[in-house]
Amino acid sequence: MGTYLLQIFNGISVSSILILAALGLAITFGLMKIINMAHGEFIMIGAYVTYLMQNQFLHLPKSLFGLYFLLAIPASFIVSGLVGFVLERTVIRHLYNRPLDSLLATWGVSLVLQQLARNIFGAPNVDVKSPGWLDGGLVLSQGLQLPYKRLFIIALVIVCLLSMFLLLYKSKTGRRIRAVMQNREMAESMGINTRRVDAYTFAIGSGFAGIAGCALTLLGSIGSTLGTNYIVDTFMVVVLGGVGTLVGTAAGGLLIGTANTTLEFLTNASLGKVLVFILIITLLQWRPNGLFNISSRSLDD
Amino acid sequence: MLDVTKLEANYEESIILNNVNLQVSKGQVVCLLGRNGVGKTTFLKSIMGLVRTPKGSIKFNGREIIAEPTYFRARQGISYVPQGRDIFPQLSVQENLLLGLEALGGKGSIDETVYDLFPVLKTMLQRKGGDLSGGQQQQLAIARALVAKPKLLILDEPTEGIQPSVIQEIGRVIKQLRQAEGLTILIVEQYLDFAVEVSDYYYVMEKGRIEAKGFTREINKEEIQKLLAI
Repeated sequence: MGTYLLQIFNGISVSSILILAALGLAITFGLMKIINMAHGEFIMIGAYVTYLMQNQFLHLPKSLFGLYFLLAIPASFIVSGLVGFVLERTVIRHLYNRPLDSLLATWGVSLVLQQLARNIFGAPNVDVKSPGWLDGGLVLSQGLQLPYKRLFIIALVIVCLLSMFLLLYKSKTGRRIRAVMQNREMAESMGINTRRVDAYTFAIGSGFAGIAGCALTLLGSIGSTLGTNYIVDTFMVVVLGGVGTLVGTAAGGLLIGTANTTLEFLTNASLGKVLVFILIITLLQWRPNGLFNISSRSLDD
Repeated sequence: MLDVTKLEANYEESIILNNVNLQVSKGQVVCLLGRNGVGKTTFLKSIMGLVRTPKGSIKFNGREIIAEPTYFRARQGISYVPQGRDIFPQLSVQENLLLGLEALGGKGSIDETVYDLFPVLKTMLQRKGGDLSGGQQQQLAIARALVAKPKLLILDEPTEGIQPSVIQEIGRVIKQLRQAEGLTILIVEQYLDFAVEVSDYYYVMEKGRIEAKGFTREINKEEIQKLLAI
């Protein structure tokens, strides 16, 4: 019984990380349709920001050290967002409606950012010491312990999903973003400065990737290739869930995450991965537009 | 109010408009007539800045706007209802209407009088724009344009593909806007009877130029009909 509970928990935990990593991509790829290969590097930036924040707190009294992580979350959002803003203004804005070019260009940007990280922080991975209040876990029974770190990430994902939902569907900014993504010319004709909306939408998506990076520091050491490990998975989550829907991203992440852990538990690591891919391919054969695709007669074009 | 002189517009290499002159005075309802494909829609798009206009001048309230971006023109008080209505399909009717406020800087609230003009909208505020029928979308598009409190309202074929009862309603609304609020309106239309009924002045376009113009009350319907017949 305990093993199964732990399996379910692991599944949810892996899912939460996938969802967190894919959230930003749900905006930049899902809404803006930019194939952004540098998405993983925004995750990396978020992770390094957390590392820097930790280093700053090492100089402060020990009692304050635990607080660094709470500050690192908004800081990683802001720094990744700013880098995203600059990238949109300088590179991506010239590549709208040119998916192949944007794929190549952003891949190049991704390599540049990785090398930059190596130059600044050195090639070896660096460690981020998790704050004391996240050590240990919730003991349910003998041999069944849910680590606080994992629980914290799950909570963080829920908070991020909620705030993104409020931002996109309940705020004036979100209304503008959705209008621009649905019909650029008409949005512009309504008096919306669409270029500015593009820039801050991309910045918000990048910022969420930064938060994912911040959370990943809890699970292991970080290096310049941190983001590359996630890029394929995150695209899979967004595509499987249905491009452009927040619910889809959550569902896609949950499905891939639990399928991953369950199938690996039932078979072995490599066969499990193969089975997950087969599952995804089958699902996409059945629903080519993803699980939660937007269907409307007005989108027939 | 709107003064277009010697306007040229093109898509890629082909010139669509050539030396077009058109004036709309304050409080006037002006109708631009013409067959399919003569450049009427392109003309409206060039006023909004949605196509390239290498030559000519577009003055709005005495101010040259030909080089200004589209959103700036909208904020100057030009509201545009395009031919395909261009309702945001995934946004609710209410959200579509709220976007009308963007031309006013995104502030304020929807003037309730638009619901008096189009009562049907009030009953479907939470429905998605894309789920409305063509006639309802047309009414929503006009209402959305009016939320922006425009100085000039531009309508591209408001009667196209719409059932007669809704055409009548739109005609009634246009007359009401002209009389009650003195709104300046520029309409592109192929339906001559509708145009004659609602407008003060007309222009007829042919192959990217203005071929005829005059006061609607002096219009020779048969002659104009010849220009419009295929």
